[in-house]
Amino acid sequence: MQDLQFGAWVDDFLAGLWVTVYVTVLAAVAAVVVAFVLGIAVRTRHIVPRTIARIIIELFRGTSLLVQLFWFFYVLPEFGFRFDPLAVAVFAFGLNFGAYGAEVVRGAINAVPTAQWEGSIALNLTPAQRMRRVILPQSIPLMIPPFNNLLIQLLKSTPLIFLIFLNDLTFYSDQYRNSVGNENFIFPLLLVIYFVLSYTFTLFMHVLEARANTRLGRPVERRRIFKYRGPQEEEAVKV
Amino acid sequence: MTVFQTWDMDFALEHLPELLDAFVQFTLVATVLGSILAAVLGLLFAIIRRVRVPVLAPVVTVIVEFVRSTPIPIQLFFVFYGFPTIPGIGFNISAMTAGVLVLGVHYACYYAEVYRAGIESVPKGQWEACTALSIAPRYQWQRVVLPQAIRNVLPSLGNYVISMFKETPFLYVIGVTEMVTVAVTQIGGDAFRYTEVVTLAGLIFLAASYPAAVAMRKLEMRLGHA
Repeated sequence: MQDLQFGAWVDDFLAGLWVTVYVTVLAAVAAVVVAFVLGIAVRTRHIVPRTIARIIIELFRGTSLLVQLFWFFYVLPEFGFRFDPLAVAVFAFGLNFGAYGAEVVRGAINAVPTAQWEGSIALNLTPAQRMRRVILPQSIPLMIPPFNNLLIQLLKSTPLIFLIFLNDLTFYSDQYRNSVGNENFIFPLLLVIYFVLSYTFTLFMHVLEARANTRLGRPVERRRIFKYRGPQEEEAVKV
Repeated sequence: MTVFQTWDMDFALEHLPELLDAFVQFTLVATVLGSILAAVLGLLFAIIRRVRVPVLAPVVTVIVEFVRSTPIPIQLFFVFYGFPTIPGIGFNISAMTAGVLVLGVHYACYYAEVYRAGIESVPKGQWEACTALSIAPRYQWQRVVLPQAIRNVLPSLGNYVISMFKETPFLYVIGVTEMVTVAVTQIGGDAFRYTEVVTLAGLIFLAASYPAAVAMRKLEMRLGHA
């Protein structure tokens, strides 16, 4: 490992880091929207929305993320839907992780005690009020830890976007490898960057979790927010 | 343009054998070998942490946390491009070997947590009974604890095998000729037709992983009732 020549690359890497973070955040927002829509749709009594949501969920959970990314990138334009790579990435990641998230939303809503449902019916709340005022505020703290795992999975999948020609961190490290070499410098550095990003996202989710719990009158010790808790087994992404 | 005008059945049928070939030769092989490596290494990690082996246990904890929080594609780059250039210990490895190693070690870190949960689910009385019967530690693990622990977590382990299966296309980044690589770079790139092959690749994944996922759900329910 001789000359690192990293100085000339710093700007590129910062630009790449921005793309990585940007795609992760946009896709995460899309995934949350998809997760809530599908998660609530699979719980309805009407057979049509329930079946459609179930099919979408199983379709996106049953195939590989990379296949979906390529499908949106190469196949959709054939049918006249042409998007730029950024939109493709956000779409594909949003739908894929949204489908996993839908199961989280469904599970968390089901976990709210029956008495809460009965209570809100007894108080004559409309179904919309019941969901918004009673059920969701109680189920959101349950969703956050599994959502955090999904967010880390999402971040860990973003290197794939360089395959659809987005210039993220991975793209620049590949360029660096091709022109400078020093594989044993750049890839460990990149692993550390991703680790720091994961940890930052995790901290952010801990803060959200603490706030959601505090709103329910369950204050959280501040120390717990900074504790690193890796993906928990029972919540880690399942099929 | 409608779906039916875009879809060329002859093209699809012509290339289906190539896809299936790559699927069996690389996708399935990588999943099977990766799972075996992950199952063995993960158990080792879990036992090291449970027994609190000095020095090793904290090292394993750090490795597990780090590997789980970093992307598989970068780990692949590091093992495939970086490792051979390490002076003294590096040597060239094939893309497939690098892929199996990375998938195996990455999932071992998840497996370690699954095994831990399984070991913790074995009642304390079982350990105490072993001591009372003065069963040697090795046989405590081998004959009493692990058979119960692993049985309890079989569905979780199976679900991770399915996840790994769906992540084998990540090996694309180091040029393993698994199914998605064949579909996109070889067939799709040559003919400049992606619709059929990419869709078929997706359907093949679905056909393999959906029944497996349903089977795991059934197993979970059966073990839950048992």
